Amino acid sequence: MTIRTAFCAASVLALATATGAFADSHTTTLTIATVNNGDMVRMQGLTDDFTAKNPDIALEWVTLEENVLRQRVTQDIATKGGQFDVMTIGTYEVPIWGAQNWLVSLNDLPAEWDVDDILPAMRGGLTVDGELYAAPFYGESSMVMYRKDLMEAAGMEMPDAPTWDDIRAAAEAMTDKDAEVYGICLRGKAGWGENMAFLTAMANSYGARWFDEEWKPQFDTDAWKATLTDYLDLMNNYGPPGASTNGFNENLSLFQQGKCGMWIDATVAASFVTNPDDSTVADKVGFALAPDKGLGKRGNWLWAWSLAIPAGSDKVDAAKKFVAWATSKEYTALVAANEGWANVPPGTRTSLYENEEYTSAAPFAEMTLESINAADPTNPTVDPVPYTGVQFVAIPEFAGIATQVGQEFSAALAGQQTAEEALEKAQALTTDEMEAAGY
Amino acid sequence: MARNVTTQRKIVNTVLAWGIGLLIFFPILWTILTSFKSEATAIADPPVFLFFDWTLDNYRVVQERSDYMRFLWNSVIIAGGSTLLGIIVAVPAAWSMAFVPSARTKDILLWMLSTKMLPAVGVLYPIYLIFIKMGLLDSRVGLTVVLMLINLPIIIWMLYTYFREIPGEILEAARMDGASLKEEILYVLTPMAVPGIASTVLLNIILAWNEAFWTLNLTAAKAAPLTAFIASYSSPEGLFYAKLSAASTMAIAPILILGWFSQKQLVRGLTFGAVK
Repeated sequence: MTIRTAFCAASVLALATATGAFADSHTTTLTIATVNNGDMVRMQGLTDDFTAKNPDIALEWVTLEENVLRQRVTQDIATKGGQFDVMTIGTYEVPIWGAQNWLVSLNDLPAEWDVDDILPAMRGGLTVDGELYAAPFYGESSMVMYRKDLMEAAGMEMPDAPTWDDIRAAAEAMTDKDAEVYGICLRGKAGWGENMAFLTAMANSYGARWFDEEWKPQFDTDAWKATLTDYLDLMNNYGPPGASTNGFNENLSLFQQGKCGMWIDATVAASFVTNPDDSTVADKVGFALAPDKGLGKRGNWLWAWSLAIPAGSDKVDAAKKFVAWATSKEYTALVAANEGWANVPPGTRTSLYENEEYTSAAPFAEMTLESINAADPTNPTVDPVPYTGVQFVAIPEFAGIATQVGQEFSAALAGQQTAEEALEKAQALTTDEMEAAGY
Repeated sequence: MARNVTTQRKIVNTVLAWGIGLLIFFPILWTILTSFKSEATAIADPPVFLFFDWTLDNYRVVQERSDYMRFLWNSVIIAGGSTLLGIIVAVPAAWSMAFVPSARTKDILLWMLSTKMLPAVGVLYPIYLIFIKMGLLDSRVGLTVVLMLINLPIIIWMLYTYFREIPGEILEAARMDGASLKEEILYVLTPMAVPGIASTVLLNIILAWNEAFWTLNLTAAKAAPLTAFIASYSSPEGLFYAKLSAASTMAIAPILILGWFSQKQLVRGLTFGAVK
């Protein structure tokens, strides 16, 4: 009897398993892969507006953590799996996938979408050979967030456009290790999008670059040595303990608890550190541009989460309608009407920064715009380079190489090796990988 | 002969057992506690243990944002379906290995187990491409079969161990009485091995429920189980620990309750045949 019951249950389950969700034949269902962040989650809550205007299109969301999402969409697009109709991808993927013809060109989005309104730095980073391959949903750069009260107590003033020497002096003045206040918090966790995003941007301002015009790795140059030595010096003297495992969230948590004098990281953090619900220092935060070394480049990066359509999708028209809606000026107004101007996705459109309602609701708006404008993905370094990308090199091999280099630099921060040793290893492994890749 | 156990030793053993139990349970307890904190309290340093403003806000947000029941239903189907399919395949296989072994049975058993030693990511792309060809991506059928296959070696090994404890003479007697092979397995062997089968089923439901590599890689929207539900609350930029904890608590609650109610059966099955 027990066995029969088990077999019956198995049959019922098998039947239920086989029963797919069959959509109405008149409705096109778009599956959208996205990251879990405030702006994306907000969009999911506002999609009624889209489906009301497009009753023949239904939306299904797949929300994943950034690294999982990156792996999933890469796997899907490379194998033409067709699981997703719209993908949320970063500035690193767009030039590579666009050049492979893996993405649908968005040059024919409707005129009212107003492509000329997209910030030039963003548009440049998402365009390959004149074709726009992704529509920016929100964009960010990096900047200095600092404690105005601690600077004042130290009798110092932070310039709007500081140099690395200003940063060092401020870090020294604000550090009070007995009170668990550390002058500066920076990323130390290994990863191409973790410590290497910060260090590559910092290196740009020091006149360093990943490769010369012949694609030869440059970690054996004085500029890289100065970059890494200064970074380690700053962190060892004025940084929090255990910094080699700190990423964005760890530093955010430290800053919100009043334990960091300065934090140089994504502009999107500005809204978190000024939110009185979560931050104990919400009313004491000032902003400044990322530092420079007097060489004409600042140490800030450029990133956008953008919506793209994989080539080969059989729902391109519906997908384009959705992409145009989610990245339009009307969507920005919709968010403002529902959740206030401070919550609209930043960093993509010129018109947003001309809107007084927005600039008065977001005290960090001006600095965000200046930071984004200060980054040039097509000309990111002091000396010329054969690649695009500010805090990354837009070649498929970069993520793997930079993660390994990041591990060497993180080990140097943890005191396991010297800056020279880390750079030597970085040079050797990058040379090996690039030779193996045929450069 | 039973050993004399002093009261002092009993106390020490009890305290030790509770200590180890609490240590193992602590991460789950911490997750549950964090799910009732605000995001700011969740990352407070020093950490707050019990004395904080308890809130259900994270559960409200998770309920609003995600269709929990759809993820739950997918988990039930995939974990239950793969386990039942596995049992149906494994019972005859374990029977033949336990009662009519050949010279190569041991080798086959070891070979089957060796498939568990292969890192899953090593076969991700072949399986992914097969799924594309067969139209099985993001389907419960595909995932049920894959999870059945990856857990099959464990199911067969467990059943084989339990079956070996059953005297072959009983099956012989059934054959003497005219039982066919099917009747022998269904009406004689299986009822005798119920504790073993039950613990195998429970353990495999837990394994399939918690499986997070294939379930994340082979699903998108339709067939995504609770592992995907949890993964959607992790974020590299922003505070998420409290909401992630709420999602995790909701995801593990059903299996935790199942384990709680069936722990006697589970322990009985796992220690089945331990005393010879």
